[in-house]
Amino acid sequence: MRHILSVLLENEPGALSRVVGLFSARGYNIDSLVVAPTEDPTLSRMTIVTHGSDDVIEQITKQLNKLIEVVKIVDITEGHHIERELMLVKVRAGSKEREEMKRMADIFRGRILDVTDRSYTIELTGDCAKLDAFLQAIDKEVILETVRTGACGVGRGERILRA
Amino acid sequence: MSQFTGAEIVLKCLADEGVEYVFGYPGGAVLNIYDEFFKQDKVKHVLVRHEQAAIHAADAYSRSSTKVGVGLVTSGPGVTNAVTGIATAYMDSIPMVVITGQVPTHAIGQDAFQECDTVGITRPCVKHNFLVKDVKDLQAVMKKAFYIANTGRPGPVLVDIPKDVTANKCEYKNYAEVNVEMRSYQPTIRGHAGQIKKAVQMLLNAKRPLIYSGGGVVLGNASTQLTKLVHKLGFPCTNTLMGLGGLSGTDKHFLGMLGMHGTYEANHAMQECDVLLAVGARFDDRVIGNPSHFFREGRKIIHIDIDPSSISKRVKVDVPVVGYVADVLDEISKLLDACSEKPDAEHLRKWWSTIDGWRAKNSLSYKKSDELIKPQYVVETLYELTGGDAYVTSDVGQHQMWAAQYYKFKHPRQWINSGGLGTMGVGLPYAMGVQLMHPESTVACITGEASIQMCIQELSTCKQYHIPVKIVNLNNRYLGMVRQWQEFFYGNRYAESYMDALPDFVKLAEAYGHRGLQITKPHDVRNALAEAIKEKDKLYFLDFITDQSENVFPMVPGGKGLTEIIMAEEL
Repeated sequence: MRHILSVLLENEPGALSRVVGLFSARGYNIDSLVVAPTEDPTLSRMTIVTHGSDDVIEQITKQLNKLIEVVKIVDITEGHHIERELMLVKVRAGSKEREEMKRMADIFRGRILDVTDRSYTIELTGDCAKLDAFLQAIDKEVILETVRTGACGVGRGERILRA
Repeated sequence: MSQFTGAEIVLKCLADEGVEYVFGYPGGAVLNIYDEFFKQDKVKHVLVRHEQAAIHAADAYSRSSTKVGVGLVTSGPGVTNAVTGIATAYMDSIPMVVITGQVPTHAIGQDAFQECDTVGITRPCVKHNFLVKDVKDLQAVMKKAFYIANTGRPGPVLVDIPKDVTANKCEYKNYAEVNVEMRSYQPTIRGHAGQIKKAVQMLLNAKRPLIYSGGGVVLGNASTQLTKLVHKLGFPCTNTLMGLGGLSGTDKHFLGMLGMHGTYEANHAMQECDVLLAVGARFDDRVIGNPSHFFREGRKIIHIDIDPSSISKRVKVDVPVVGYVADVLDEISKLLDACSEKPDAEHLRKWWSTIDGWRAKNSLSYKKSDELIKPQYVVETLYELTGGDAYVTSDVGQHQMWAAQYYKFKHPRQWINSGGLGTMGVGLPYAMGVQLMHPESTVACITGEASIQMCIQELSTCKQYHIPVKIVNLNNRYLGMVRQWQEFFYGNRYAESYMDALPDFVKLAEAYGHRGLQITKPHDVRNALAEAIKEKDKLYFLDFITDQSENVFPMVPGGKGLTEIIMAEEL
């Protein structure tokens, strides 16, 4: 099962490597990881997308909690949540593909950020599945470059993660 | 306010923490700190001969007391040499503070002389580590290091201090007023009352109960509480290798050690019980063998541990209780006292008679010999002559198992060995740490000719500080445990397990200024041990030439189930 763990941790040097080191040392999977400071500059918030059985996810959560710099962890996939990832895709957009690429970008509510004679750079946000779907939907041959941020997310409504 | 250098602050912190001994080895990056050692006499320094031994000695100092051990090494190779010691302490959750020198802050990352990424290298084998880049942070970091090391599930904490930080100056606050609270570290955990109630009910309803206790009982100072509970309930109890002494080895409720080389009765009880109370133990591979074989439909498991991640890690448990084991055991006893119900005496009687049947197998019996010295006999004789009161350290291998099986530890913290990491070479430095903690006690280091050579340079440290440990070298001229596995599982192909060209240990001991004796006949064993024990002020190196073919029994082969035991008579 895929899980999204939101982790609040002290914004200190070395904290990130403790988390990453834990995953590699214990053989856990990281599908994606994003981290940035929060509105409180002493805290960072990390979003880890991982997969594993319930037992493994339970261990990951417990092991993360043991790290001295980790303040709080929530598995936001345990309840209703919103998930977003940003992707930039540079595609070939010569005269042949131009119309089609614009149309596809519109269908997926993408925005074209950069235009040249031969290429578009398209910005897309959505959950990971939507971004995957876009890449599936367009011709593989036209993709020149993709870059994805990895997912971040929050719980819906009253579900709030604070220190 | 007056200003102090970082080096002075380090020493002031150590003094304020009540540190008696620091085990260490000087070098460039820590020279400022060593200069402060020279100028004061509150904190004593023990100069070892290799950094690994400094950390082991500090570790054992802690294991045999309730204090935090302290090690001090220089940057680069000082640190890398210390890593084995740190990892050893980490695997067994030993509270320790390791202070390491680092190249000056401006040189970090420049591949400076004796530079290494200390916090990076040690990160996976410490509870926490700090790099102190500003002298203003030093005092708080030092205090936090001790606090983190010795609270919650204990463990080693490393403080890396660049050389310029030890020279820079700042104020030193009143130690008691330095705040160590961290929002991200809340080690005070009280066992959940509802869970404890459930556990008590489960214990009362048990027909075939077993208490299985580990190193957590020793580290958590919960031996009194455990003993009280065992006696109150009349339940059988087994200890892990790390838990020995948690319940006295002479207690009639004690089934002996369990696991790979555990007794027949302990392993069978573990497998056949219907309610298992696990206290400060972690169901590791050497203890329960194959988890799928260990699984029994209907058996209920209660697990008390300070570390939530130890619970349901290898074995799913029914009633987890997270908390300090001493507190939780106290709560359980209180509830039992307040409750009119008692465990069913008839079921318990039947259970004990089943256990007595297993006990009758006498799984620790071995063939006596008048010709060859049996290693088990040496340990038994040591036990007898010391009245079971000695501190015993061991290295790793067959001799370690024999020590664990045949020395009946009465008290917690009396048995000092590397259970988790299984580090050969710990025995002698462990004995040094223990002897300094307990100068009046007999400290024996049960070792083998292979293990002892891994830190044998410490004989020199023992001479310098008059540390009169008794080295009991069970010398079978083999890497015994390796040879045993090769005999059982590799068709007697003894690849690289024979120890050729051994030194003359007697002469070696004498060269270091100690007494050495070689014992080749069983009838000389007792006298040699007695002499060593009687000569309280002398280090004795007793080189027992033992039966080369002796194996450790019983044995549960790796990956097998707990009751798939190889007994001595089966081979």
